[in-house]
Amino acid sequence: MLAFIIRRLLGAILVLIAVSFITYLIFVKIPGGDPAPRIAGRTATQQNIEDIRQKLHLNDPFYEQYWGLMKSLFSGELVSYSSQLNVVDQIKQGIPATFSLCIGAGIIWLFFGILVGLISAVTAGQASDRVITVLALIGISMPVFWLGLIVRYLFAQGHPFAFMPDGEYVPITQNPWQWFVHLLMPWWVLAVLFIGFYGRVLRGNILDTINEDYVRTAKAKGLPQKRVLVKHVLRNSLIPIVTLFGLDFAAVLGGSAILTETVFNLKGVGWYAAQAVGDLDLPPIMGVTIYATFFIVLFSVVVDLVYAYLDPRIRPT
Amino acid sequence: MATETTTDFTLDTAAALAAEEHGAIEGKSPWVLAWRRLRRNYVALGFLAVFVVIVVACLLAPVYAKHVAHTGPNTNHLGETFTRDGQQVQVISEGGFVNGQFKAGGIPVGPQLWHAGGRYVFGADSQGRDVAVRVLYGGQNSLKVGIGSAIICCFFALVAALLAGYYSGKTDWLISRVFDLIWAFPVLLLAIALGTALSINGFHHFGINIEAGSLWIPTLVIAFVLIPYIGRPMRGQILSLREKEFIEAATAQGASPFRIMFGELLPNIASSVLVFFTLIIASNILTEAGLSFLGAGVQPPSPSWGTLIADGQDRIQTAPWLAIIPGIAIVLTVLSLNVFGDGLRDALDPRAKVKLEH
Amino acid sequence: MAERLVEVKDLKVQFATEDGIVKAVDGVSFELDRGRVLGIVGESGSGKSVTSMTLLGLTRDKNTRFEGEVLYKGRNVLEMNESELQEVRGNEMSMIFQDPMTSLNPVYTVGAQICEAIQVHERADKRVARRRAVDLLKQVGIPNAESRVDNYPHEFSGGMRQRAMIAMALACNPDVLIADEPTTALDVTIQAQIIELIDRLKDEFNSAVILITHDLGVVAEIADEIIVMYAGRVVERAATRQLFYDPQMPYTWGLLGSIPRLDREKQERLHSIEGTPPSLIRMPVGCKFRPRCPFAFDKCMEEPDLVNRVEEPKHLDRCWLSVPEKRKLREATIQGEVAAA
Repeated sequence: MLAFIIRRLLGAILVLIAVSFITYLIFVKIPGGDPAPRIAGRTATQQNIEDIRQKLHLNDPFYEQYWGLMKSLFSGELVSYSSQLNVVDQIKQGIPATFSLCIGAGIIWLFFGILVGLISAVTAGQASDRVITVLALIGISMPVFWLGLIVRYLFAQGHPFAFMPDGEYVPITQNPWQWFVHLLMPWWVLAVLFIGFYGRVLRGNILDTINEDYVRTAKAKGLPQKRVLVKHVLRNSLIPIVTLFGLDFAAVLGGSAILTETVFNLKGVGWYAAQAVGDLDLPPIMGVTIYATFFIVLFSVVVDLVYAYLDPRIRPT
Repeated sequence: MATETTTDFTLDTAAALAAEEHGAIEGKSPWVLAWRRLRRNYVALGFLAVFVVIVVACLLAPVYAKHVAHTGPNTNHLGETFTRDGQQVQVISEGGFVNGQFKAGGIPVGPQLWHAGGRYVFGADSQGRDVAVRVLYGGQNSLKVGIGSAIICCFFALVAALLAGYYSGKTDWLISRVFDLIWAFPVLLLAIALGTALSINGFHHFGINIEAGSLWIPTLVIAFVLIPYIGRPMRGQILSLREKEFIEAATAQGASPFRIMFGELLPNIASSVLVFFTLIIASNILTEAGLSFLGAGVQPPSPSWGTLIADGQDRIQTAPWLAIIPGIAIVLTVLSLNVFGDGLRDALDPRAKVKLEH
Repeated sequence: MAERLVEVKDLKVQFATEDGIVKAVDGVSFELDRGRVLGIVGESGSGKSVTSMTLLGLTRDKNTRFEGEVLYKGRNVLEMNESELQEVRGNEMSMIFQDPMTSLNPVYTVGAQICEAIQVHERADKRVARRRAVDLLKQVGIPNAESRVDNYPHEFSGGMRQRAMIAMALACNPDVLIADEPTTALDVTIQAQIIELIDRLKDEFNSAVILITHDLGVVAEIADEIIVMYAGRVVERAATRQLFYDPQMPYTWGLLGSIPRLDREKQERLHSIEGTPPSLIRMPVGCKFRPRCPFAFDKCMEEPDLVNRVEEPKHLDRCWLSVPEKRKLREATIQGEVAAA
């Protein structure tokens, strides 16, 4: 087992290296032209630009460029083109907001996703299933940022049903209640899409599992219905959900909640990247991409381990 | 002692077995059976019709612009007036007192529906442009990107999956590693990163020249980042098909690899591909909307549903229709595709085993 | 007189499907006494699996309709409610299925799955149940039972898995073991071992066995009586020796003829029965085998009854051909001189 873990971790490190190289390709090579002014910053002087050229070895072969880029990224020298602020610092500042949003939303969508999927599957074909299916379908068909805007329009200050604050993040250390209240709408908006999706996936899994031979065996053994449902059907149906959740959660932690953060003005990591897009400001996007990929790779390893725990067939013998 | 039957037809294991054997014994081709099932699914067909109507409407955008709205998607009408129910109304209000109430100036007129003879059916935006016209033109772009990227993505994913599944060994290893690498990036952020990087100067490498504002950029970007999403389940299915006897038989008959891949393997995964294709158009339309909303997708001045929502963002309190209406268009389109895709999947394989997964 | 455990009287099972009513079982009767082995033989679609699953109430659904009686020790299974059925299943009547790999839950150990039955039916505590599980595994011939009880199903070989399933089925000392194609998914060499095991356990546990298969060779060893099913009905029924010695149905001849045999002249080809089983929704008129029967004649347009036509009183069949005619045609068919169709 230990060998398995070590192998996965080594693989993960290789992936991260490959990812950083691809990031380099995307940001330095693909746009073509001269990357130095883009990376030095809008207010950079000719001297700054020359410095950047030196640091990034832009006159040297590509592998030196890549190395130079990585060094400046990790040494914290990478600077945003438009704001001249250090990229790594900005990302760090965004973490509390992003984590608050994602952890809260994650708990909500996991719980309700499973609940909805379970109800839908157990009452398959009946009214409750149909209603849930329709709602879930609508849920996954809505652009999350659009839903956020509508929710803001309806519920935030200055409006007919106003009782919610209009976005903005309040640190928990500053005022726990306000932190909570400001996050309520974003939590639910982010969760809606996932609840719909997870509900459908779980429903599908349960309905498939119910037809499995081992469920027939369990029934033939004379086990009570509830036990068959929980210990045999659910236990197996939930495995894919767990792995899905691991990866989705990693993605939003890494900044894929960019749309929700933007719409609700939560100054998290994703929001930071969104600001940079408008200015065609590459360094922040680069930084956030690597940061996000790190999470995904890390959680992939975790998910693999959890999966092996849940499904003995996967375990290395 | 007989128990009553009902007319609600759901299939239990034994009954399904019996019905399956019956169907197999009757010897109907699976495509015919699927078509029969699909034909009976009125909901799915209804939503397919909705999708077709939306596509046609968007294609007819120029017709609408010319004959109904009498304006183009990018034509400003600042400072102009138009006739509503016989009265002159300003496109962008000037503000001041109206009926004793103070109204702020600069608010574009809201949806007129049919009161203004076809103009500003969905209202005007902050530059006086006709929202309905922009929604239709935007739809053209959103659909082009959504459908185009789906076609390109499925094509490359399928080829990669066939090669990986058929040749196995090193080819499979390489292709799987490429999939893993692309998939290691968070999809949205990778698309944003690529979209932004390519919006700077466009793409001018390897003899291919694409300009920065081209629709090809979001199309190719979205297609690229989703190749593993389609490719991996396909590869899995092909790997399991590969071991089946009919492949051995074909090889023994001397069929070339090309023949086996496209003549034997492909038809057997065709139904999965069809379902994936439908569902991924839906997903791509949403992705394009998100990218364009952020500015990393379709670039102004080209409208797309995503950019329209972005335009309406700041005015959500005063002119909510600017953001709401393009969103409704997206929801209708994506929902129709999702419902039809579901229906398609149910028809092609009532107990579908291959699903889109992470 | 041995105790009568199961009595099936004119059982009919119908499913409502998209295409019509499927008459999966259309009037089946048989009895099973303690200590005996009944073989049910037929192709897929003959209704043999539906019959056996109905004995445990596993075919119940809102689209299923039952007629007739299924008596277990005098009580009608078709009328039992769910909790009564749960009492019977696994406890008094057990079932093992065709594919042990998919019939065992992959995420639980084999021991856990055996103990589950014991704990639910006998409310035994974990340690007692576990010891029983180990003993059962030993009884079915699994080596190193002490450690293997904690293995997962995928860590067993095919034959071992089926043995484990048998152990699980016998955990609560049921009176009846229903084995639905227990050897079909296994290698030929293992098949014999499993059949022998079932036979031995039947005596050790003093129970009765219903063995369902499409392969007459499998039942030849241990069945006392065999019923042959076709299109949802019993078409022939006899003591095993009698069936092999004097089979009356052309269908049975086809089944026999398709067994490769070492004691006969080497045949040119193995003969199979041409054609496919009839649709259970739109059945042919008259004898259901008529479309595939090489010896059908005009009387066959009228459905034959299942009656005794030969000297041996307990041997029933559904064929209009006269007995002497049959015996003549039969030899030729089985020898392969005449194709079975």
